[in-house]
Amino acid sequence: MLLSIHNLTVEIAGKEVLHEVNLSIDHGETHVLFGKNGSGKTTLLMAIMGFSGCRVTQGKILFKDTDITYLPISERARMGIGMSFQRPPTIRGVKVHDLIKTFNNNDDATIEQIVNSLNFTEFMERDINLGFSGGEIKKSELLQLIVQNPELILLDEPESGVDLENIKVIGKVIKKLLQKNLRRQRVKAGLVITHTGLILNYLEADKGHLMLNGMIICEGNPREMFETIQNSGYEECIRCQR
Amino acid sequence: MSALDEKARAALNKKALYGPDIDLDRFSSKSSPHEYDPELSHFSDGEKKHMAEVGILASRDERAGSFVLKDHSPIHCSMGQEGVELLTMRDALRKYNGLPDYWWKAVDVDADKYTAQASAAFHDGFFIRVMAGTKSLHPVQTCLYISGEGIAQNIHNMVIAEEGSELHIITGCTTAPHLKKGLHVGVSEFYIKKGAMVTSTMLHNWGEEIVVRPRTTVWVEEGATFMSNYVCMKMAKSVQMYPSVRLMGKNSIARLNTILVAPKGADLDIGGRVSLEATGARAEIISRTITTGGNITARGLLIGQVPDVKAHLECSGLILSEEGRIRAIPEIDGRVAGVEMSHEAAVGKISQDEIEYLMSRGLSEEEATALIVRGFLNVKMEGLPRELQDKIERVINDTGKSLF
Repeated sequence: MLLSIHNLTVEIAGKEVLHEVNLSIDHGETHVLFGKNGSGKTTLLMAIMGFSGCRVTQGKILFKDTDITYLPISERARMGIGMSFQRPPTIRGVKVHDLIKTFNNNDDATIEQIVNSLNFTEFMERDINLGFSGGEIKKSELLQLIVQNPELILLDEPESGVDLENIKVIGKVIKKLLQKNLRRQRVKAGLVITHTGLILNYLEADKGHLMLNGMIICEGNPREMFETIQNSGYEECIRCQR
Repeated sequence: MSALDEKARAALNKKALYGPDIDLDRFSSKSSPHEYDPELSHFSDGEKKHMAEVGILASRDERAGSFVLKDHSPIHCSMGQEGVELLTMRDALRKYNGLPDYWWKAVDVDADKYTAQASAAFHDGFFIRVMAGTKSLHPVQTCLYISGEGIAQNIHNMVIAEEGSELHIITGCTTAPHLKKGLHVGVSEFYIKKGAMVTSTMLHNWGEEIVVRPRTTVWVEEGATFMSNYVCMKMAKSVQMYPSVRLMGKNSIARLNTILVAPKGADLDIGGRVSLEATGARAEIISRTITTGGNITARGLLIGQVPDVKAHLECSGLILSEEGRIRAIPEIDGRVAGVEMSHEAAVGKISQDEIEYLMSRGLSEEEATALIVRGFLNVKMEGLPRELQDKIERVINDTGKSLF
């Protein structure tokens, strides 16, 4: 297993937000996380990444068979976990270019190619996330992920705030990030939070999980799950559980 | 005794409005004279390094003029471009019959005991005059250097930018390596005439026990621009200054940028005051301050005297240690309808969200913090020569790194 989470319980500001969550993702798999706003999806991603606001009170997170439950964020990143944020902070005075320079292992030509493919050239010299539109934020996040080249990719609503034209661009980039062009040799895995079906077309996801009140209550075929949610709402999932 | 002398004498014990009061008798107004250095070749490698730290090259290349005042002696004064006149202040007073239209006109001699001392025990200073329409191709560099232990350096500088001229001045103030105690009093009067543009970049690199009291006033005429960049990122016991800019002509512009880092034991009380006195005048005051244990007071004042003026004031501070204090005091004084002035002030620590965001890209906590600090101090300074911009960026980089 690339990632396996066992009985993970997480508190934010003294309040238990995740309750005994179990989840496993193998190399090459893409999983989708469904759930209402406030159900704990982002908290799960942040707990995997290791944000200090998410305090683990029980359970553990294994990545490549190593217990990372209490490792610093940067070490998890270096081990191969990367995250695209829904609302990343603005960092004044630091240009996107400056940040990318600090963790880039690619040559300049490759970077330029990636930047061009995202149509992001003019944003390289702007302060990180300062005055970025929804679509620009997502592009900037994906650009950083491509350069970072993680094995496990955590995407928090990669399509929110993005117009239809750019959904295509973003969808294609995500597809590439997750090595959807490869079959047998595919190693990269993803865990993606989404509310719309738009990005599902690009994800070719293997498995869906439904989160409710900080618990994963259902797993299944992501397309079927999405259709049920779309047609009957989350209420149907709750009824189904009973 | 002249009226000026009388005024100065009467103010010799007048405390300044801000900053700790300094006992001037603790410093000596006398020093042994230094030999003139026509080729800037008399400096030791250590001295050269200190000067380079504040943007002063020990060569005259790529400079429209060079001036070095060591303790009380002007040891170098050379011009490098036609139309850019650079003299010692004493020579200029002789040449221009005492400069009656300028000498002590912008700065009040009895403002406080420091201005009074600068007059009563005047040593020397630099005088720059750029002729009408002349644009300086390279900056003029001026270095105010203290090498004698415990001395007071009383300086009076003047800059006159005639109509339509352009000038960039780099002023580097520093001390000899290992110097402990000293006092620098520097009066500067700037006269920027119609359509002229002056950029003044000042880098300070003082020592443990150095006290600094600059007193600057700038008069800006119609369509003229004054830009000031002040950088002080090293130890100084006490610096207090509150340069004042009067935008006296229509559509005149002032922009003041300040970057400060106060290590433990430093006390910096730095401000900027702009009075907008003619329609169309615009001003911007920006300060970025960091304390790693020292005290900072970041002041700013915008005075809107007439309608149709626009100004903005920004004081941001980061407290990066348990000790240390930053007081941001932005002030706006609108005296008529039709002014448009705003300010924002913020003092805090680096946000954990920002650090962790960068850590999620694989940066360590230290690297993330250093990058954020660098970004914070990275104020856009227009019109800097490349080499000076690089210099400042390097110092900012080192500051980011040295915090951990």
